[in-house]
Order: sequence, then C-alpha cells, then structure tokens
Amino acid sequence: MTAETVLRLTDVVKTFPGVRALDGVQLAVRAGEVHCLLGQNGAGKSTLIKVLAGVHRPDSGTVEWRGEPVTFANPQAAMRAGIATIYQELDLVEDLSVAENAFLGHEPRRFGFVQRGHMARRTRQIFGRLGHAEIPPNRMVRSLPAAAKQVVSMARALSHEARLIIMDEPSAVLAHDEVGNLFRIIRELTAQGIAVIYISHRLEEIREIGDRVTVLKDGRTTAANLSARETPTRDLVSRMTGRSIEYVFPDRPVEAAAGAELLRVDGLTRAGEFADVSLSVREGEIVGIAGLVGSGRSELLETIYGARRADGGTVTMGGKALRPGSVGAAVRAGLGMAPEERKSQALLLGEPIYRNVTLATFGRYARGGFTDTGKEQVEADRIADSLDLRPRDVRRSVRTLSGGNQQKVVVGRWLLGDTKLLLLDEPTRGVDVGARTELYQVIRALAAQGVGVLLVSSEVPEVLGLADRVLVMREGRVVRTAPATELDENTVLDLVMAGSLMEGAPA
Amino acid sequence: MSDVKDTSTAAPARGTDLPAQSPPVDPAETVLASEKAGGRLSWWHGEGGEGARRNLALIGVLVVLVIIGAATRSDLYSRPDWVWDNVLSILKLASVVGVVTVGMTFVMIGGGIDLSVGAIVALAGVWCTTVATQSYGAGGMIFSALTVGMAVGLVNGLLISYGRLVPFIATLAMLVAARGLAAEISDKQTQVSDNGFINGLASNNVLGIPLLVYILAAVVAAGWVLLNRTTFGRRTVAVGGNPEAARLAGIDVKRHTLLLYALSGLCCGIAAVMLTAQANSAQAAMANLYELDAIAAAIIGGTLLSGGRGTITGSLLGVIIFATITNLFAINGLTTEAQNMVKGGIIVAAVLIQQVQFRSLTQFLGRNRLTRTT
Repeated sequence: MTAETVLRLTDVVKTFPGVRALDGVQLAVRAGEVHCLLGQNGAGKSTLIKVLAGVHRPDSGTVEWRGEPVTFANPQAAMRAGIATIYQELDLVEDLSVAENAFLGHEPRRFGFVQRGHMARRTRQIFGRLGHAEIPPNRMVRSLPAAAKQVVSMARALSHEARLIIMDEPSAVLAHDEVGNLFRIIRELTAQGIAVIYISHRLEEIREIGDRVTVLKDGRTTAANLSARETPTRDLVSRMTGRSIEYVFPDRPVEAAAGAELLRVDGLTRAGEFADVSLSVREGEIVGIAGLVGSGRSELLETIYGARRADGGTVTMGGKALRPGSVGAAVRAGLGMAPEERKSQALLLGEPIYRNVTLATFGRYARGGFTDTGKEQVEADRIADSLDLRPRDVRRSVRTLSGGNQQKVVVGRWLLGDTKLLLLDEPTRGVDVGARTELYQVIRALAAQGVGVLLVSSEVPEVLGLADRVLVMREGRVVRTAPATELDENTVLDLVMAGSLMEGAPA
Repeated sequence: MSDVKDTSTAAPARGTDLPAQSPPVDPAETVLASEKAGGRLSWWHGEGGEGARRNLALIGVLVVLVIIGAATRSDLYSRPDWVWDNVLSILKLASVVGVVTVGMTFVMIGGGIDLSVGAIVALAGVWCTTVATQSYGAGGMIFSALTVGMAVGLVNGLLISYGRLVPFIATLAMLVAARGLAAEISDKQTQVSDNGFINGLASNNVLGIPLLVYILAAVVAAGWVLLNRTTFGRRTVAVGGNPEAARLAGIDVKRHTLLLYALSGLCCGIAAVMLTAQANSAQAAMANLYELDAIAAAIIGGTLLSGGRGTITGSLLGVIIFATITNLFAINGLTTEAQNMVKGGIIVAAVLIQQVQFRSLTQFLGRNRLTRTT
C-alpha cells in the first residue's frame, strides 16, 4: 500500500533572533498514516508544528501540501487548507458548549443566525465518526473530563474537514485506559484516509500507533521515515542524541564532595505530581535531576522550596525541618531558587538590574526600614563583576539583557545572601551557547565554595556534564540514582522515555 | 521561543525615581555589539528619566490649564493676591482627594484596586461624628476615624489576600456595605460636628495657607518617602510588578497585600477628618465617587492599572489637574455636567498619550542620543 504523500517539507529553515530553531527539516507524510515526530526538548518540534499550523512562516525551504507549494498566512489559512493542530494545552473555550467549540469560528449560519439544531446534528455525526456518540453536544466543555475535551478538539478538526491532524503529546493529559481509546480514534481517522502527525516522548506509544518515524535534533532531520515498529530503540535514541554543539563543562573536583549533608528530602509526595521522593544534597555537591517535562521535577523543586505544599513527606535543611508551604522559611534557612520561567517567575522586568539582584536581600541592606540603594548598587555591581554580566551597568533595566544575562541576574540574586543550597530549574533554557558555558562555570564555582546545588534540566547532557550525582525521574518517581560518571546519555534517555504508563503513574 | 531581545533602539525602560548619578562603570568595558547601543545612560535617559518626563508633561498640562484660566477670567488674574487665593482654593479642593489618592496609588502599584475608598471616608466620617465619639474630643474623633478607616482596609485586605477574592469584587462589596453601615449608624441624618479644633482644620490658615493643604503635603511627603526610600515601598513595586517573582524571592506577598489595603483605609480615615472639617458635619452620602476621582488621578499620573509602576508625584499632579479643571469651570460659571465630560476626555487622552506618545518619544530621544555619541 503506497498512499500519496500529502505533506512534504524540504529544507525548511526558521530562525529567531539568536536561535536557528529549524535548520533544514525534511518531512514526508502520507495520507492515512500515523507519522511520529521524535526529538528532545528544543529539537524544534514545537517550531515545526507552528510552521505547519500557520503560526510561523519558514525563512526558506518549501512546504508542499497535496502537491502544491504553500505558505499559510495565519492559522485560519492552515485550517481552511485542511491542517488541524491539537495542542497539548487544548484551546477550547471552557464556557461554551461542545457543539459551539467544535464549530468555533465557522458556525453554520443562516441570515446571520447560528443554526443551533443543524450544528448539534453535525456535531453528533462527527462524534459518531469518532466513536464517541455519547458526548452530548450541548454540554459545557468545562464539565467534561480531559479525555473528552480532547475528543472535542478532534471533532473541531473534523468539522473543518481536516486531511492532516497534528497531535502534540496528546497522551500527556490522559490516563492509561484513555490512551487506548485515543489510539482507537486515531485508527478510525487514518482508516478514513486522514494523516496524523503524532508527537510523543513515549517510545511505547510510538511503537503501538505509529507507522513511520522522523527524528529531529537541533532543528535538523537526522532520520526520516524509519519504521515505527521495527527500528531498534538504540537507533532511535542515538539519532536524537550526540549533539553537534559540544558544551564545555567545568572539570569535576578530583575528590568527590564529602561535605556535611545539607538538604534531606524524605518520602515527599504531592498528589498527581510526584510520589515518595527521597534525596539528599551535601555541601559542595551538585545533584542533577533528569526527566521530561511533566515528570514532576519542577513541581518537586518548588515543593522543596515551599512554593507548593506537600501532601506528605518532609524536607530538612541542615538537620532542621522546613515549615511546609513557606518560601520565607526556606529562604531564611538558606535556600534559593532560580525558577523555570525567568520572565514570569523571577524578574521584575520594569526594574533596574540591581533591584532584581537584590530582590531577596534588599531588606538586609536597609536600616530601620529605609533602603540603602547605594549599598545595593555596590553589592549588585560586585555580583555583576563576578558573573561577568554584560552590559555591566546595574542601573539599566533588566529587560534589555539577553536571556543568558538575565539568568545570571537570577542566579546572582542568591549569591548575595548566605545561600547554602541553590535550586536551579532549567538554568540554561533560552540561553545562548557562550553564556551556557559561563553559567556552568558559575555553578561549579559555587559548589567549590561549599554551596549545594540541586539542578533540574531536560537536557540530559547538561545534567550528566554538570552534576556529581544524578536522579532520573519518570512520571513523578525517582527511577534511578547514580553518580554521573556511571551513566551515559543513552541510558538516561532510555530510563526517561521507557514510557510504560503502567508503573503506578499518579493520575 | 527566543529570549533574545532587540536592544538596538536602546529605549530606556521605565523605572521609578532613582538618584541621579553616573554609574560606576569603566567606559572601556567589554560590551557586546548588540548591547553597545544602550551603553551608559544619563539620568534623563536612564531609569528615573521616564517618570520625570511623564511628570513634566503633566506640569505642561497644568500650565495650559492655568493659561486657559487666565485667558477666560483675566479679571481674576489681574492681581497677584487674587491669583494666590485661586491657587490656594485649588489646593484646598485637591487636598481631600489627594490624601485618598496617595493610598490608592500604593494599592494600584501593588497590583490591586480599592473601589471602597469613598465609602470608607463616609463610614469613618460618620463614626467620628456620633455624639458618643464627639464626647471624647478632637483626639477621640481623629483616633476613631483613623482606626475605623484602617480596620475597614484590613477587612478588604483579608478578603483579598487570604480570602482570595478579586480586589475589584471585594472592594465593590465593601463600597456597598460600608455606606450601608454609615447610613445605619447616622440614621441617614447629617451629623454636625461641634468640635472647634476639627472644624478649624478647614477654616484656619497658618502663614496664609489652609491647614488642609499642610495635611495633604504631609501625607504626600510621607507617601513619597514610603514608596521610594523604604523596604515597604520596594516590596510594593515587587508585589505589583511580578507577584510570583516576589513570592519566590521570599517576600510575603499576602501579608504585604493586606498592609496595602490597610494603608489605603488609613488614608481614607485621614480624609474623613478633613472632609468632616470642611463641611462641619458628616453623613453617609459624603465623599461620593471619590474612588473614581482617585483612580483617575493615579492613572493620569502614570500608575499602571496592572501594577508595578506608579509615582506619588504623578498622582499628586493628577489630583491637582482635576482640581484645576473643577476650578476653571467654577470661575467661569459652567456646569458640573460639562466638567465631568471634560474630565472623562482627559482621562482617555492621558492614557492614550502615555501609551502611544511616550513610547515613540522615548525611542526618538534614545535614537538622537545614539547618533550623537556613537
């Protein structure tokens, strides 16, 4: 059976200032197949989806859709052409009915009035095609479970007569038995000649539902049209790894850190996020947590820090238990955190650099409640010096800094106080290559001074290169703990992705 | 996707009032080419510059209003002492709303809004003029007004920070409830103040300036210091600018939010005493729509509704501009209806100007400077 190729991408390039997000992507999708896209975080999958969905336009290269070269001016154009995208965060209007969502933006109309009966009938028809005739078209979307919402998203795609449906990690929001149902729907769609681009980190799913696989790495296609069922895992993993840019990691100290135990986490649990996590960090030790987005690692870090309240378990710092759910207590105990989302979680973008650096410490420089901005600037300047901040003027707005320098500001914030343990969540996201190396050196230098570091990153080489000890997390549980030197990238990726959903995943 | 920012226009970002001093930087500093454009910034183009430029524009508006006043009523402006009298009447007009606006500015910079200020003024005014309270003398009256104002503010703060109500809803509810309570206490009657000291606050002058104006000056000065020179002010900007960042930096956002509404309530208590002094009485309907005047003044003064930015100086100028417009209409014998329409227009114009003009003006100035220095 050789169906026609409905979608063909040739040498597609898309750059953003400072980043080459897509650097020559090849992709060919046939009618009626499930084509899987594989790649690590940052490999360019999201950008590729957005190009196909009409959100971004490629800088060069061609996109052929049903034999014709096309460029979509906007998402509506892609939709009209028959390409529908189901994003991970479903873009449904919660307070509209199922039918209204399915036909959002192209409701059947007569004389300017929506034909509600007609719309409900057609929605029911589409649900029939999807094998979900039981979903009532008049129900509010808000009241539906996640799996049913996903079906509504698909109904919307079908209401547009989509010939290609892109699904971005559709299983991430589903429980195990619901995934089986999703696969059944996908099979029905493909049987009707609809092509599906399926994105997932879970190799088992790809094996079960996929026909062919295209692998992306650093914005390039490293392998195209592999058989989803027969290609060995090793091959798939090796195509995703082995980077073209090698980062330089600072040397580990010859002797492993033998400092006193700083942080101890026992049986920490938060329902639906992570369960029974125990770990410890010593003075001067860098502990890395490897795991995918959604594996519970960021939530774990925030819970240790007191920004979320644990359902069970304890966090002790230097032998003393931390008050749960209190960031203030954690900071006073010597914890500091550089959160995942720099701009929304860490920076006051309208404020000068120095006020961002002293955000956690300005109280210390104050006398009787009066701030001492002179002293703050001197201290911030010292930090700027030691981190090689560019530009150096700490009175400039933090907004004008590049991503890497903004990250230095956030890390630098905790160098001012007497931080004993630094929690770093994706410290190099959106940071260019040069600044990365600098940040790695800063982190290692901190450890050399006795600061403990707990590092989360979805980039496996980063965790392996920087950390002394590595915890691998999958679906809310620590599945392996080992010295970094005993692990390699393929092993960790295998562990991280060996995605059977059956191992007691938190719902 | 990308975090890389275009810094080539070197538009100095907004900031609060910063001391003017050249930064301690070696000019031969290694600066990336793309970042070079910003280089070092003079005070005018630097962090404090935008607030200063904005306030200068407000002063410009004020000058225009005064010129219109002088042109339409040249007789009033013919003698210096008459001009001075008119200036004083404008300031007196601005004093009560001005005090309320200082509190409002803090709440708004902190990311909230307080719709209940007018109602709190009325409740505090009525409370401090009951027969029972008046029996304690001026001290008792002032104490009860400030305490009631702050207590109601605390309730607002508790509902918002710990009860997780949206500020708009919580203070809207308080607006209704506090006026209701004021009507209940006063039995819908006007309560006359017999206290000579209180009434004298409005009628007495020191060095030719009404006492009310001194109170406004004191509150504004205290507010300015609190916002710009204390940790409380710094936390206010942080909590309003990025609550999550503030929380993750160890700032107790909830407690601070609570304090902001209490501060606003305290300002309302002060305003209640002033307004009672002006009218020699208090009643449940007093200070009607002050919330709108205060919010409007803060907004044209440059305070962001979304929080994180605002200045006391700007808010004061906003209040004075509105008072000048009221005065302008009064001396020309025009109706308050016409006046309200003009006020509405000014609010829209001020916000539009801030959105459009300042951006381009800032960029224009930034570019000019670059062509000179590079």
